[in-house]
Amino acid sequence: MAQWWAGVSETFARCFINEGRYKLLISGIGVTIKVSLLAIVLGMVIGFLIALCNLSKKKPLKIIGKVYTDVIRGTPSVTQLMIIYFVVFATINWAKWIIAAIAFGINSGAYVSEIIRAGILSIDRGQTEAGRSLGLTAKQTMMYIVIPQAVKNIFPAMGNEFITLIKETAIVGYVGLMDIQKAGDFIKSATYEAFMPLVGTAIIYFVLIKLLTIALTKYEAYLRKSEKR
Amino acid sequence: MEKNVIIKVNDLHKSFENVNVLNGITEEIDEGEVVVVIGPSGSGKSTFLRCLNLLEKPDSGEIIIDGEQINLPGVDVDLVRRKMGMVFQHFNLFPHLTVLDNITLAPMKVNGIDEVAAKAKAMELLERVGLTEKADDYPSSLSGGQKQRIAIARALAMDPEIILFDEPTSALDPEMVGEVLDVMKELAANGMTMVVVTHEMGFAREVGTRLMFIDEGKVLEKGTPDEVLNHPKQERTKTFLSMVL
Repeated sequence: MAQWWAGVSETFARCFINEGRYKLLISGIGVTIKVSLLAIVLGMVIGFLIALCNLSKKKPLKIIGKVYTDVIRGTPSVTQLMIIYFVVFATINWAKWIIAAIAFGINSGAYVSEIIRAGILSIDRGQTEAGRSLGLTAKQTMMYIVIPQAVKNIFPAMGNEFITLIKETAIVGYVGLMDIQKAGDFIKSATYEAFMPLVGTAIIYFVLIKLLTIALTKYEAYLRKSEKR
Repeated sequence: MEKNVIIKVNDLHKSFENVNVLNGITEEIDEGEVVVVIGPSGSGKSTFLRCLNLLEKPDSGEIIIDGEQINLPGVDVDLVRRKMGMVFQHFNLFPHLTVLDNITLAPMKVNGIDEVAAKAKAMELLERVGLTEKADDYPSSLSGGQKQRIAIARALAMDPEIILFDEPTSALDPEMVGEVLDVMKELAANGMTMVVVTHEMGFAREVGTRLMFIDEGKVLEKGTPDEVLNHPKQERTKTFLSMVL
């Protein structure tokens, strides 16, 4: 038993302590968070615009929205990331993490747009009719009546999308960014140990997402409470 | 008394997916009239009402409000709708806003009235419908009758010339019908022009200045409540009345 424990702690030290390898993981967490946060913001902005295109009565806008969601949902995110990085931004010298975040934002936007569209459609038509019958314009009705109510319906699905997005960023290694996944992989190669670096990577993702889930649940409860009083 | 035609409808047609709902309705409504529209369900009476403020677009015919034809391309529908309030069967209060905010939203956003004035006006209206103590509550905490009284106050906040009522008591428990009808009677007594689609024959008889019986998208019979309810000429009207009275 003691011998087994000594073996475990020796491997642990080799994987995470020696040569300051834990620092790789910590900076990897930073990269994952940076990329995810910017991508979430971009995804929401793009998603909102595409949702408006999809809901619009104007044919060209509808087509833009449809093509966008079709193309993004119909191709792997790794492929999209590599095209954005190696083709679109090939000659533009921006920080790697920003380019990666743009790629993930573009990807997430397609899914967010569907969530927002469904959320807006979930609001009873009578709400729009009541707004319009009072003389509010279509835009005002959307802004003051439909969207504030849709936000509450959208929230759970949006939380899922954030979680998916964070996990999706584990492919940024393909464009040379050292995120959590890549750091774990690097340690695996350097130490010839598979178990500890990979399980360690999984635990870090799990904790990050658990924290986010707790925060989302708290915020949702707050949203629900303010509606009743 | 001088008559002033406020709503004029000419040969109105409307169909939904090849089903003709309105088959040529022609009608004039004077200022201050309370026109009660009755008829079996599916007869087109709600569609007729919803055409008046263009929530439904008629296929053909003319709708003239205050001398201006409103169903023409280029007419600012929002401007027209400010003159016409509407009260819905299912109230359609805004659940994310307090009672007070439900009432002040349109005056502030549409007419640009400042918050203080809008709130003062809203409180007056709440007093008129007897619900001042509910100002800061959310709609979810109100009874159906209270919701509908708030919906009427919300419509009144825009100072409409006309109010359209689309089965305002149909979704209410029987014991709450009275409180809503009382508010509507008060409006009628104060000279508001009202077009009311309803199944409340008591209200029609007592408050209506004129009754229209619509069936299969046509006005089959119209006249004073006494004429239509007590001396109907058409067989269809007689059959309908025998079922609802």
